[in-house]
Amino acid sequence: MSLDVDVDHRRGAFRLAARFTAAPGLTALFGRSGSGKTSLVSIVGGLIRPDRGRVVIDGQTLVDTERGLFVPAHRRRIGYVFQDSRLFPHLSVRRNLLYGRWFARGAGGATADLGSVIELLGIGHLLERHPDSLSGGEKQRVAIGRALLARPRLVLMDEPLASLDEARRAEILPFLERLRDEARVPILYVSHSVAEVARLATTVVTLNEGTVTAVGPVQDVLPMADAADGGAVLEARIVRHDERFHLSVLESAAGALQVPRLEAPVGAPVRAYIRARDVMLSLRHPEDISALNVLAGRIVSIVPTSTAQADIRLDCNGAVLMARLTAKSVDRLALTPGRPVFAVVKSVSFERS
Amino acid sequence: MTPDEWTAVRLSLLIATTATLCSLPFGIAIAWLLARGRFWGKSLLDTLVHLPLIMPPVVTGYLLLLSFGRRGPIGGFLAEEFGIVFSFRWTGAALACAVMGFPLLVRAIRLSIEAVDQRLEAAAGTLGAHPLWVFATITLPLCLPGIIAGAILAFAKSMGEFGATITFVSNIPGETQTLPSLIYTLTQVPGGDAAAMRLTLVSIAISMLALLGSELLARRIGARRQAA
Repeated sequence: MSLDVDVDHRRGAFRLAARFTAAPGLTALFGRSGSGKTSLVSIVGGLIRPDRGRVVIDGQTLVDTERGLFVPAHRRRIGYVFQDSRLFPHLSVRRNLLYGRWFARGAGGATADLGSVIELLGIGHLLERHPDSLSGGEKQRVAIGRALLARPRLVLMDEPLASLDEARRAEILPFLERLRDEARVPILYVSHSVAEVARLATTVVTLNEGTVTAVGPVQDVLPMADAADGGAVLEARIVRHDERFHLSVLESAAGALQVPRLEAPVGAPVRAYIRARDVMLSLRHPEDISALNVLAGRIVSIVPTSTAQADIRLDCNGAVLMARLTAKSVDRLALTPGRPVFAVVKSVSFERS
Repeated sequence: MTPDEWTAVRLSLLIATTATLCSLPFGIAIAWLLARGRFWGKSLLDTLVHLPLIMPPVVTGYLLLLSFGRRGPIGGFLAEEFGIVFSFRWTGAALACAVMGFPLLVRAIRLSIEAVDQRLEAAAGTLGAHPLWVFATITLPLCLPGIIAGAILAFAKSMGEFGATITFVSNIPGETQTLPSLIYTLTQVPGGDAAAMRLTLVSIAISMLALLGSELLARRIGARRQAA
């Protein structure tokens, strides 16, 4: 799958001028609210007609304003999962799921049958229910299943977890991971949550005030993303489980990490998200401290984020790590680029992948 | 009740049912245009639809007579080309009733179409449904209660229509003499009070049954949605 987008769109005072190419896997459109993420996916999905530009998927042009070409939404075969699920209130869950299947008959694309989608999303017990009686998390899972069963060649997800509380989010994230890894449908995922992007994304496109500021693999782009909750992503593997203390030991390029016990087998790849504010720096190897993880690295850059704070970018044996320190600490430790330091990470600050 | 009275009741039911069913597709189409359409002359169309509600029924009936009468431009054309005659026939009475009930029908359906969440229609589109199919499977079922309410209103209006009908198709027993026309006739002759009273009660009963029927239907749709 390849998706090429190059569009200009103006709505009131807001101007969207975005250009990017999405690779297979899950591409996250990341940015603050109001940065134009939703407008961009609406253009891809065919719900908004852009003022100027082109949208091309797998060599098929969907929009080309110069040639006056605009393929309507119902002929694009692009699934759309909305923030507000939008299940049809007069149809049962089963009929909601099957709504798009009839139109997709004869079409190629991802072969999704009802049974496997139900199994993937864990919604078998809901089939005869009515959308009104579902919880927010259940609704979103049904909405995802409904989009998949229309056999889309691309699925757009516009902040599918934004309207859910933390527990419901945790309930859906594993399904999204399985979707990315098993269903093999490319996904364009809109989010303003660093944690979600860190956990799900293959590629990240960052948007700021209507323009694309960076495109690249999640490990490269996310540490640079301008976010209050900034941090870095470490690719790791489970080496063993420490049953006595209920911990899992991970191996990453930056070194060994100990995290709360993960429910995954030894050898499984995981992605650890380390928030910049959860990382401390020390000039010498710290002894006798409670934190379990100490990683050796070298300072790459120091970027002041405000008058009182700075983001320190570290190179830990090739892996990027971010630390957020006060300007005072930077001054007191005389931190400069090139200086070797030890990063202290509290175990509890890991997001499992 | 006398056979003449029965005939009037049967005729009234036939006319009201025909008027309601035949105007329903047009009512839905016009309501959709008014709710969703953006075109030049929309307020003109809106006014035109509402006109029978504000004009004296006699005026509506007279205009129908002028245009749909045998020598009228539309009536003459229909009679010659298709053999459809309205003047002084029960079909004319149905036409008059349809026109008089039309504003009520359109108004109820329009409100319910406006209440349908257009984001659901957009979602159906992304699932591959053609706009016409979206209308049939999403919009129409969601505004069904409004359609029923509109149809019942139009039916009730047709049952009671008097002015336009009597002006357009007169008061011919067995052909155009509806319940209200017969009641009017009976009040004009000596000794007709008892019969007028009987028919008044019949009229009240029919209205109440129609209302009750719509209530039950609405409740069944609601229940089916809950159960589904």
